Amino acid sequence: MGRRKAPEVNAGSMADIAFLLLIFFLVTTTIETDSGINRKLPPIDDEIVDPPKIKERNIFQVLVRDDGKILVNEDQMDIADLRQSAIKFLDNGGGKGSQACEYCQGARDPKSSDNPKKAVISLQNNRKTKYKSYITVQNELVAAYNELRNREAQRLFNKDFTEMVKDFSNPDYPGNIDKLEEEIKLIKELFPQKLSEAEPK
Amino acid sequence: MSKFKKKGDGDTPAISTASLPDIVFMLLFFFMVVTVMRDNSLKVENELPFADQVEKLDKKELVMYIYAGKPSERYQRQFGTEARVQLNDKFASVNDIRRFVLEERRTRREELQNKLISALKVDKETNMGLVSDIKQELRKVDALKVNYTTRDGDVSFNK
Repeated sequence: MGRRKAPEVNAGSMADIAFLLLIFFLVTTTIETDSGINRKLPPIDDEIVDPPKIKERNIFQVLVRDDGKILVNEDQMDIADLRQSAIKFLDNGGGKGSQACEYCQGARDPKSSDNPKKAVISLQNNRKTKYKSYITVQNELVAAYNELRNREAQRLFNKDFTEMVKDFSNPDYPGNIDKLEEEIKLIKELFPQKLSEAEPK
Repeated sequence: MSKFKKKGDGDTPAISTASLPDIVFMLLFFFMVVTVMRDNSLKVENELPFADQVEKLDKKELVMYIYAGKPSERYQRQFGTEARVQLNDKFASVNDIRRFVLEERRTRREELQNKLISALKVDKETNMGLVSDIKQELRKVDALKVNYTTRDGDVSFNK
């Protein structure tokens, strides 16, 4: 057998391959969008109004100290336990009669909150608290609300609440958008986010 | 039946470079698409904290950005190491935020003006005192919707 010359590779289809790759990347890359925790600040009231009377058992006070440690109702707590104890507080449902909460699955401890609609989480921080500790606590508290809302949404609509919110902002959502809005509103009413922030000391 | 003809001499043929332009264009397009143009250069350190309960900020036309953090190294001689606010392209004091918000409002379409969201891009080592001052200023101009911009990740990375 003599030495053969290798046949020339046809490069005509290379462009097609290149375009195929190009289109693949075009479709799969998403331009990064910012994401974060959405909050609404309370409006400024010029008149001095008497603060509404809230029973002490309906307040879950979180203080973030300078070093990032947190005090819950004046007791020190590990950040890892914050979410669960916030859920326990919100979901307690210790109220009776008109204050009763039918959908709560908590311990119904009379010393904790009456009803999620009454329960207030009060978040305080010092001026020297680091922003990262503040965000950590915010995140855990939002997570507590989300977890409870997801549970209720699963029970009523067989869908996660966070999923519903995502669908709501999706312009291509195939279902009925008005109905979805109603459902989101309903869940939000069951567990209203009552997170009050005191001015730092 | 000889579909595959043997060629005479034994030299290896040169690889065709005709498709090189295509490859280059492909890369070019790829980078064109994924690059995000930053409209203002950062003058502060801006390492965002992590959080996982986040919502996307996809309506870009509704967002105004407020940066805060320590001045970056090359500005430290001039501006010190105390955390500062950056609006648009320059350092600002907390008092400038009100004017900034009003200005931003004026440039937006009328129906969007009261739907604006302030995205707070604050470095994770900043003291909350500054952040509270910013929030207080935002409340004064009735810009109540804020978004604490974070990176997606578990909060335990914030240590």
